[in-house]
Amino acid sequence: MAETIDLKLHVWRQNGPKDAGRFEDYSQYARGISTHASFLEFLDVVNERLVLDNKEPIMFDHDCREGICGMCGMVVNGEPHGPQKATTTCQLHMRSFRSGEELWVEPWRASAFPVIRDLSVDRGAFERIIQAGGYITARSGAAPDANAIPIAKSLADEAMDAATCIGCGACVAACPNASASLFMSAKIGHLNSLPQGQAERDKRTLAMVAQHEKEGFGSCSNHYLCEAACPKEISIRWIARMNRDLLSAAISYKPAEQRAGGDGLSWV
Amino acid sequence: MELRSNAPTGPIETRWDRHRAEIKLVNPANKRKYEVIMVGTGLAGAAGAASLADLGYKVKAFCYQDSARRAHSIAAQGGINAAKNYQGDGDSIYRLFYDTVKGGDFRARESNVYRLAQVSVDIIDQCVALGVPFAREYGGLLANRSFGGAQVSRTFYARGQTGQQLLLGAYSHLARTVAEGKVDLRTRCEMVDLIVEDGRARGIVTRDLVTGKFEVHLADAVILGTGGYGNVFYLSTNAKGCNATAAWRAHRRGALFANPCFTQIHPTCIPQAGEYQSKLTLMSESLRNDGRVWVPRKREDCTRDPSSIAEKDRFYYLEEKYPAFGNLMPRDIASRQAKFVCDQGLGVGPEINGVRRGVYLDFADAIKRDGKKAIAERYGNLFDMYQRITGEDPYSVPMRIYPATHYTMGGLWVDYNLMSNIPGLFVAGEANFSDHGANRLGASALMQGLADGFFVLPYVIGHYLAQAGKSKTTESSAAVTATLQETQGRFRKLMDIGQKGSRTVDDFHRKLGGIIWDNCGMARDPKNLRKAIEQIPQLRDEFYSTVKLTGSGESLNRDLEKAGRVADFFELGELMCRDALERDESCGCHFREDHQADGECVRDDDRYAHVAAWEWRGNGPEARDGNYVRHQEQLSFEYVKMAQRSYK
Repeated sequence: MAETIDLKLHVWRQNGPKDAGRFEDYSQYARGISTHASFLEFLDVVNERLVLDNKEPIMFDHDCREGICGMCGMVVNGEPHGPQKATTTCQLHMRSFRSGEELWVEPWRASAFPVIRDLSVDRGAFERIIQAGGYITARSGAAPDANAIPIAKSLADEAMDAATCIGCGACVAACPNASASLFMSAKIGHLNSLPQGQAERDKRTLAMVAQHEKEGFGSCSNHYLCEAACPKEISIRWIARMNRDLLSAAISYKPAEQRAGGDGLSWV
Repeated sequence: MELRSNAPTGPIETRWDRHRAEIKLVNPANKRKYEVIMVGTGLAGAAGAASLADLGYKVKAFCYQDSARRAHSIAAQGGINAAKNYQGDGDSIYRLFYDTVKGGDFRARESNVYRLAQVSVDIIDQCVALGVPFAREYGGLLANRSFGGAQVSRTFYARGQTGQQLLLGAYSHLARTVAEGKVDLRTRCEMVDLIVEDGRARGIVTRDLVTGKFEVHLADAVILGTGGYGNVFYLSTNAKGCNATAAWRAHRRGALFANPCFTQIHPTCIPQAGEYQSKLTLMSESLRNDGRVWVPRKREDCTRDPSSIAEKDRFYYLEEKYPAFGNLMPRDIASRQAKFVCDQGLGVGPEINGVRRGVYLDFADAIKRDGKKAIAERYGNLFDMYQRITGEDPYSVPMRIYPATHYTMGGLWVDYNLMSNIPGLFVAGEANFSDHGANRLGASALMQGLADGFFVLPYVIGHYLAQAGKSKTTESSAAVTATLQETQGRFRKLMDIGQKGSRTVDDFHRKLGGIIWDNCGMARDPKNLRKAIEQIPQLRDEFYSTVKLTGSGESLNRDLEKAGRVADFFELGELMCRDALERDESCGCHFREDHQADGECVRDDDRYAHVAAWEWRGNGPEARDGNYVRHQEQLSFEYVKMAQRSYK
């Protein structure tokens, strides 16, 4: 196996959200790349070469480089996070590519994720979805003993399956409607699965779904591309469960301020 | 300068309770008049910001990432300790306290450690209430695992993603307070200087990482929850963005830097594969619960297929040397033993600069005993990660591991109230020096971050503000404008050099990291430390004349950000080496080759049972000898008897 490879590299460059943007051919900087390097290390090498050639480096987001912080992400040859299943861009390694292969690298594309520069996008919309209800209100120091409420192992495991979402945005990039349903349903599903999450369940579901729409994400129309792109293999079933929770909340939820009288008997 | 810990005296079991009963309070209506700045949104930062906001303070929080939930606490894998004694295996607050002081090789403050052990219990309650999906047993109660340096099972975990789940919990707490308008959260925004006026911390200068704009933020108290400085080594398990700039700039404004040479090398990381390597990846220490560490006994076996090496030809060096703890030896010893066997030529894996730096971590016995399914359930995500990075399947081939820089016990000096020697400047989590001494035990970093954030800061901040009152500094005051101008000048200077430069920032960072790893890494000796102290300023001078930057200062400029951080690493790295040289003993992770007995640390308690706290007297990049002043805080051990740390 060749230890180094040469690539035909095309990278999306865009100087801010208002710039039209274009692909640049950086093949001359993409030669002699070790197959053991990660994809981001490959871009590091390209960037050092660009800088020494008096060109501005490619801007891309990244941080932990071990697949957990969710900061990195780019579309490689049309696939969010590239060709390897269940793998973030930082964990994708160059042994996945052949020498001479053509690479087209682009940012997540969604109107709710404006481009900041090059491959970096603004995912502030995700923050606002969480702020709308992705939490359990529990003031520091007011909690009961952790073993006070036993939680079945299967339930805890299931909540964990959803909670494993890293909020990278690949699901949005993969979806033809640019829907963030998978992200949102994972966050809702995690909290709605647990006994601690029940008090705010309906309010949470309604508020987060409303915020998702406000941010300009599309609706889910069951393409399943998000699940295929998700580096943490979050199941599409969470979207089904979110829809169930949404329906139930829409029927039964009344904000506290709309409840009658203050006698707490508005359900009568 | 006299360093006063301000720790209460009397029975240690009641110190924190008595302190809390005695500290000053700010009444609820007045809290909203006070502004508090939190820099960093990891476990300490997010938990602290949210808790303070819920109390009523006006909080401004800052992180360099695009979301608060990406802080590097997220990458912690194995777990979080707490003295719950849910297993009924003899754990207690006292035992966790004892293990932590002993594990830290008697270089931590007893009062702080006791408090940490005490509030550990509340952390688990708080996290469960926030919806953290910890692992559970079939009966629905919380599960525990054991970790290095302890003989009880007190570690709570969420698969191999405990840090992620805890941070998401703390982050959701923060997100709610942001939504409620109690916290003003600024992302992609980095603190680049501290504003001090009349000896009190008054605010910070930030650089917006998208627009390049410098801004002043004033407050009545400033808290740094900015993490450690492991990236001084270039290759570490830290995230690429982790940096020491906030702490270092505070140091240059007068905050003492304590025990900078106490840096932890984690024993189980994936070995380096090549020059282009940008970081090292950690495999949770929890793997040592089931994995057996070994190397071949004979050099000629080092390149053979490990499965073909007979049991008698395998050297299970931890199990043989330390039968009581075996593969669960504390991190410092496990790391050094790996280095020793590799230095003896028994290492495995690729040869880099003439040495094979790797040892096996073998799961064959555990898979035979418990089945592949059980092992996959415990460590599946770690095994997957290993396979993605190395291209090898750890279910069938033993993992190769080697130590890497992981955590820094040193940090800004703080008293019992987590306040630095600059009034109004507080430091929490890994950024301070206070709880882990010369070596941190596994699963204790998450514990400390959340202890500080959830349960210490809410009290001590009020205590300070009740006494100090509001800061009257305004944007037009002399200290503010001077600090802002100095900061802008610093970045402008880097840009000016960068236009004509010829070497990339990463190139300098790699060289600096190499010097520090070789001379101030797992084993240190005076000759090499002196060499490093000469080499680092030379390299720094080259940096300030030949570093290459493109683009402009007043806009998004990733290389300029990095250059600012690396400039600070030069100074911090030099101080680390000086601290390592001055500490003429071995203790915990600080292993001096000239103070050892068969590879074990030999402490010098008569001369070094103290915290070394360094004062900055330098003057910019020209700083040389004599610009560093070393102060001492004497440590006394009233409860844990100082003894040679023995795990045999």
